[in-house]
Amino acid sequence: MLMNTSNKTILIVDDDEDYLYQMKLIIKNFGFNVVTAESQREAEELLQQVKPDLAIFDLMMENEDSGFILSYKLKKKHPNIPVIIATAVASETGISFGVNSEEERRWIKADLYMEKGIRPDQLHREIVKLLKL
Amino acid sequence: MLVVDDEPGIRSGIHRILSKFSVSFPFLEDDIEYDLLEASTGEEAIEIIKQNTVDIVLLDNKLPGIQGIEVLDFIKSNFPAILVVMITSYASLELAVNATNKGAYDFVPKPFTPQELKTSMEGITKHLFLKRMTKKLNKEGRQIRFQFLTLLSHELKAPLSAIEGYLHIIQERQAGDDIAAYDKMIDRSLDRIKSMRNLIMDLLDLTHIDSGKMKREVKLQDIVPIIVTSMDTVLPFAVQCDVEVVGHWDLEMMMEVDSDEMEIILNNLLSNAVKYNKPEGKVFLEVAFANEDLIITVRDTGIGIEEEDIARLFDEFMRVKSAQTKHISGSGLGLSIVKRIVKLYNGTISVDSKLGEGTTFTITLPVVDKAK
Repeated sequence: MLMNTSNKTILIVDDDEDYLYQMKLIIKNFGFNVVTAESQREAEELLQQVKPDLAIFDLMMENEDSGFILSYKLKKKHPNIPVIIATAVASETGISFGVNSEEERRWIKADLYMEKGIRPDQLHREIVKLLKL
Repeated sequence: MLVVDDEPGIRSGIHRILSKFSVSFPFLEDDIEYDLLEASTGEEAIEIIKQNTVDIVLLDNKLPGIQGIEVLDFIKSNFPAILVVMITSYASLELAVNATNKGAYDFVPKPFTPQELKTSMEGITKHLFLKRMTKKLNKEGRQIRFQFLTLLSHELKAPLSAIEGYLHIIQERQAGDDIAAYDKMIDRSLDRIKSMRNLIMDLLDLTHIDSGKMKREVKLQDIVPIIVTSMDTVLPFAVQCDVEVVGHWDLEMMMEVDSDEMEIILNNLLSNAVKYNKPEGKVFLEVAFANEDLIITVRDTGIGIEEEDIARLFDEFMRVKSAQTKHISGSGLGLSIVKRIVKLYNGTISVDSKLGEGTTFTITLPVVDKAK
């Protein structure tokens, strides 16, 4: 990895402490700085002080749409920070929302929708693409 | 409502009667009133039905062009949901049978008194209202099931993803070559598997209650052995959490219950009281008869519940999230299961809590046939 990653900070928000721990480990191994929060509330407080270069939000935390709320709030303040929404809610339940169509992009203020369980190399590619490294 | 009659006098008479009339239900805040449309011929009526949303048609059979019975035919083949009341002065048995076969809901003989018309309208309106309510409730039922499945898949997939994630990290040695670095990951994986197993056990309890097919064995029995079993079940966990559990009940307590259901109630309340307690905390269980009820009270000196969380406490997969509950595992189904069982006994469950001081759950089950 010859990219300059160490000066980029990634915010990860997830109420599943195991998932958070794993993502932190993986993304640190990519060479990024990592800050974390365990709830929507905590993330909102953190975002008052920290301006990350990219954010990864879990969808369902205190609220069923915490990820969307956080994404909306972050984008309102910093429209250029890329946001990834991660969730374990699978398409087999009938709920599927990507951010591929114009209409979806209008109300889901995120750049990428990601199913949990994504492979690290794939995650790395997506992050690099969003950060335009 | 559409009134179809060729005599203007009848139409204005109906208008007068129904414009001041409304139907009320004891459980509805607003009365139901009618918007009236009028047609003087069958052809005109069909045009109006095509262009407007009509719920009820008050239909004279004898019309200048096509007959009422033909309009009824049209309505039933094109708008089967519309309810039709036939008005006719030539009420014959033959016409009545024919119209009923074609789907007319009711008849009003001409000449009719205002009261006769009102009575018929009241009946048809209630029928229409209940049909709408049923449709709405079915739709809501589907939505609730859908939401349940969405939450369930989330609750089942989250631990799977966590375990899978740890296994990948271990497989790829992402935390370096020191084996000790992976110990915590293995412990966490085992914890998640355990909580998933608990979730599945709770789900089985839930389907057991919901299916209604499983045999409930409600019989008159002494519930003291059930209480003792539940106290024994929670004891090791209480010792581990440094919580003391104290119970109080009579020597013999005869009550009509299903012993499994009673045990589920007690186990859930007692384990919650221990789980959400503090070190050196206490749990008090009291089971007593009062008047015609069995009262089960579980009081703890635990962390308490915030007021905003109490409202959602019995929702499926609802778990209070705070710094204190972070490391407590649970399926989020326990209390919703307890509430369902209590409902089976026509009982009630209430909760009283003070943040930082403790929580009291009170269950009241009516005694059906207590042996004196």
